[in-house]
Amino acid sequence: MSYLPDDVVRRLQSVVELPDLTGTRYELLGEIGRGGMGAVYLVRDRELERNAALKVAGSLDSEARLMAALEHPGIVPVYDAGVLPDGRAFYVMRFVEGRRLDEYCRETPNLAERLRVFQKVCDAVSFAHSRGVIHRDLTPRNIMAGPFGEVFVLDWGVARSGQARESPGLVVGTPDYMPPEQAAGDSHQSTVASDVYALGAVLASVLGPAAPKPLGAIVRQACQSNPADRYAEVQALNREITRYLELEPVLAYRESWRERLGRFAGKNRTLLLLLGAYLAVKVLLYFFRPN
Amino acid sequence: MPEGAFPATRYSVLSRMRDEDPGVRREALSAIVEAYWKPAYKHIRLKWKASPDEARDLTQTFFASLLERELLSRYDPGKAAFRTYLRTCIDGVVANERKSASRVKRGGESQIVSLDFQQAESEVALTAAEPVEEVFYREWQRQMFSLAVEDLRRHCEQTGRQVRFLLFERYDLAAGEGPSYEALAAEFRIPVTAVTNHMAWARRELRRCLWARLAVITSGEPELSAEASRLMGRP
Ligand SMILES: Nc1ncnc2c1ncn2[C@@H]1O[C@H](COP(=O)(O)OP(=O)(O)O)[C@@H](O)[C@H]1O
Ligand SMILES: [Mg+2]
Repeated sequence: MSYLPDDVVRRLQSVVELPDLTGTRYELLGEIGRGGMGAVYLVRDRELERNAALKVAGSLDSEARLMAALEHPGIVPVYDAGVLPDGRAFYVMRFVEGRRLDEYCRETPNLAERLRVFQKVCDAVSFAHSRGVIHRDLTPRNIMAGPFGEVFVLDWGVARSGQARESPGLVVGTPDYMPPEQAAGDSHQSTVASDVYALGAVLASVLGPAAPKPLGAIVRQACQSNPADRYAEVQALNREITRYLELEPVLAYRESWRERLGRFAGKNRTLLLLLGAYLAVKVLLYFFRPN
Repeated sequence: MPEGAFPATRYSVLSRMRDEDPGVRREALSAIVEAYWKPAYKHIRLKWKASPDEARDLTQTFFASLLERELLSRYDPGKAAFRTYLRTCIDGVVANERKSASRVKRGGESQIVSLDFQQAESEVALTAAEPVEEVFYREWQRQMFSLAVEDLRRHCEQTGRQVRFLLFERYDLAAGEGPSYEALAAEFRIPVTAVTNHMAWARRELRRCLWARLAVITSGEPELSAEASRLMGRP
């Protein structure tokens, strides 16, 4: 038996997972990304002459059905689904040409711009909630931001729709973004509040280290360890961001009178400028008034 | 055996180790030994800084102790992967053996399986010793892939598909950048599409061999899927 060096082992790890697409309309172009459950590949759809993303989805194809049922501009559209010759399920979806949220944030210095992207994430998740679907693995790696302001929530691999049941004790999600009740294995108790928590953690990563205090307070409220203390729904969190962007007081934050003045000044900048100009003219007129 | 279905997954590694039939027990043990003897030896060499001789004795002692039922009966599949449990057991055996100062030197008579320790020793030099806690895991990955490649080679030979294995060997087992499909097509005087198809077949078969190997050292789902992920290097 010959010795397999490290780089050969690594190559074999990726090739044994390559989907065998012979006999399908897709041609494999390369690997796009890898996560906890499998890999996502770039494929060419020969029939429609366009590229698409193909995900090999473990043993369950419920992910594709669940996503297909969620038609929303913030949720990747599913084009096709099927079974590979080796028995694994796969589905084909729109190929999102963009960056993962973590990369996007690193390259976007403008906070307001990043917050607007975050709000689109909230819209998509809130839509899913309205259809009874909890995502359960919201992290910056599962969100893509396109160059034209498009935002897509990906990876509904561990999402749960209202009716589904599963055994208690199963831990799903990604540690830093996981609410305590989910980390404890009470995954059957995942609710809207679990996604609110994860969104709070995503918001924290969107903000970076030097977050303005009101935004920090929003994160803290979303990430309360007791689910009942968090925002009751995603749109409540979303409205807080809107308030912040529109220089309205944020509910999660008690501001000092200084901060209130500052916010007032920022919000009424035009008014204050006009007022200042008016006073300046008054003063000038006072001194230079011809008597 | 139909693709994607492995009869062995119906029995957990534990129940086969405890089967009435000594033949079943022997097969179960040999699957474990094949998968784990090199990882065990290298782990003992590098983590416990044992000499080649000591590591060889300890490896044998460890597999001998696996035959004693109480070691296996303490394993709880709900708590950890079998692989993790084995590693804990190895550490226990090493600590124990080193503690008993007046320990009886185990010679050839305690040898339960004949293993090519010389080859394992020559591989130790090629093994990254850091992080030492990962030696066992990484060497398990390497060993599982090595076994599966050998299974694939044998399968190709037995079914007259040597060309497929040669292609696979040239392309996927190449050190560094291998030849292109076009170059292989020219060399083997077959169309490029044939190379593509043969490679897809070989990789699918390799995957099947790997899963078959994994199935006999795990306790069925969900451990099988979890270990498959670990084998692929996913957290
Ligand atoms: N539709 C897509 N378009 C472009 N890239 C994608 C698409 N889907 C997934 N990816 C990339 O692949 C990575 C893994 O996909 P994901 O669905 O999160 O898989 P996993 O369930 O393994 O975590 C993502 O982080 C992303 O970078
Ligand atoms: Mg993911």
